[in-house]
Amino acid sequence: MSSTPSSVFARPATWIWALCGLLALTFPLYETDPAYQQIGVYTLIFVACATSWNMFSGYSGYVNLGAAVSYGTGAYTLSIIAVHTHPNNQMGGAAEFWLIPLAGLAAMVVAVPIGLIALRVRRHTFVVITIAIFFTFQLIAINASFTGGTGGLSLPYIPWGASYFDIPFYYLALGMSIFAIILSALVRRSRFGLQLLAIRDDEDRAMGLGVEVGKVKLTGYVMSAFTIGMAGGLFALLQGQIYPQFVFDPLFDISIALMCFFGGFGTLVGPVLGAAVLESSQQYLTVQYSNGSLYLILFGGLFLFVILFMPQGIVVFIRQKAKQRTDRQIAAAAAAGSNA
Amino acid sequence: MVHALIDGVLTGSVYALMATGLTLIFGVMEIINVAQGIFVILGAYLSYYLQQHFGIDLFAGLLITIPTMFVVGIVVQRLFLARLKGPEKTAMSILVTYAISLVIEGILNIAFTVNNVQLNASYTNKSFQVFGVYIPYIYFLGFLLAIVLLSGLYYMLYRTRFGASIRASLADQAAAALVGIDVKKVSTICFGIGIAVTAAGGMVFGATNAFNASTSYDLISRLLTIIVLGGMGSLAGALVAGIAMVTLEDLVGAIWSPVWSTMAFFVVLVIVLSFRPQGLFGQQSARAA
Repeated sequence: MSSTPSSVFARPATWIWALCGLLALTFPLYETDPAYQQIGVYTLIFVACATSWNMFSGYSGYVNLGAAVSYGTGAYTLSIIAVHTHPNNQMGGAAEFWLIPLAGLAAMVVAVPIGLIALRVRRHTFVVITIAIFFTFQLIAINASFTGGTGGLSLPYIPWGASYFDIPFYYLALGMSIFAIILSALVRRSRFGLQLLAIRDDEDRAMGLGVEVGKVKLTGYVMSAFTIGMAGGLFALLQGQIYPQFVFDPLFDISIALMCFFGGFGTLVGPVLGAAVLESSQQYLTVQYSNGSLYLILFGGLFLFVILFMPQGIVVFIRQKAKQRTDRQIAAAAAAGSNA
Repeated sequence: MVHALIDGVLTGSVYALMATGLTLIFGVMEIINVAQGIFVILGAYLSYYLQQHFGIDLFAGLLITIPTMFVVGIVVQRLFLARLKGPEKTAMSILVTYAISLVIEGILNIAFTVNNVQLNASYTNKSFQVFGVYIPYIYFLGFLLAIVLLSGLYYMLYRTRFGASIRASLADQAAAALVGIDVKKVSTICFGIGIAVTAAGGMVFGATNAFNASTSYDLISRLLTIIVLGGMGSLAGALVAGIAMVTLEDLVGAIWSPVWSTMAFFVVLVIVLSFRPQGLFGQQSARAA
């Protein structure tokens, strides 16, 4: 399915994407407060993660509540290498950034055996197993010696001024988000993406039609781990210090799922919108009020509201409303026509 | 060794009770209740509150907390879970119950602070000796309580008419509805029962462990592991896996190191699932869902 350039520019979605891209690109120029720039970085990290998560879970219907396994693996891989090699000494502060793709690769490598075990079962059990595996990883991070235990790991110091410290992180996170969105869009349009969607609709039938479901699910699962692992690595660099309960965080798992359900599970734009809205408002609330318990209540309440009243997410909800409106207009026009 | 074995069986029976509630809910309603962990903690805090403010004994307090949790379960089911429909129902149920558990966690943190508490009574600190092993009274009483409640539950399920309708709904919802069972009513009451057992489980848990609201994460990951291992929806599976897993954990803790005992839990899960994806007692689902 190819569309001519003129039809692409005629669609409002193109202009909305372009406007959002422009706003995102210039954000550090008009928002110079480091506190708010950092909110921007966190938001984009979650945009990248949610989009990548949705590329597997949203398309295939296999809800992965252990995304923090990839995130934490990425963060720890980068930190452990950085601690042992001190790349600063040879190449200055930027050298550690070359480790980010490696963090993504490590997350993919770890995802292979997990996928082989967890994807043997059908959806319901898959969710539960991902939770169990997540807790196993958290436990390893807390108890093993190479992770530094509960004390965590301190990364080599990055000697940048506070006023522009967040800007490189911001553009890296933005790049990651764009990468995740493009990858997700490509997957959705590919034969592989159709196979994932077919599994979501009816796995038995997809299998009957010749989709190699095992292979397709594993590929999707491992692919989605890459960006999440890279985001974990970036997060470790940004923090300069990681702890088991921060990178293997059960709230991370559920936040990602919430963002996708909030925006629109299995859609391309949904996770971007969900992450942008929820993460930025969460960070803002944390900066403004530092009451974690109140936040839990608000977050849980919002979550309940979205799932019960807009179970398909905002994007689908708006699309349906818009479609109803045009349908009504067409009907009204038709009625007017028949009357005349 | 022997100590760990006895401890494991005694504590395991309490986990079996909590897991039975969870597997019952899944079997009848196809709902994975991730909030089971926080309900256990809520039950423990209820016992704590009754004891601190009204001086009610922990076991006597169960007469209040069990019905209370039953009502809580029914309200949650009616308000939130009954609305879920469609092919994504189970996935949605996980998210809904997770959200419920976050809200309850926040409320408990505000009401009781995040400081750990533990339930105390005259029998929580005393022990008696059997075969040269000291067993705290509370472990034994908790074990008895779990046995009594599990027997009651099994009697209800296998010897009463209502139990038969629950088992019919467990086996096949559509067929159960066809023979005239009010599946909706059965579901609601089942959810109530599944939550009510957490009041007893929570009391014993709270008397044997220090806890705060975030302890629920540890609890739920164990309970989920138990029901997946036993086979989701299988009552016998929850019972056997509950006792077996906790005993194994205690044994690993005694022989090797307590640090890795929780790990044993998950390692067994992974091994079993590699050979029997449907769990020990689970039936292979005929149709993907």
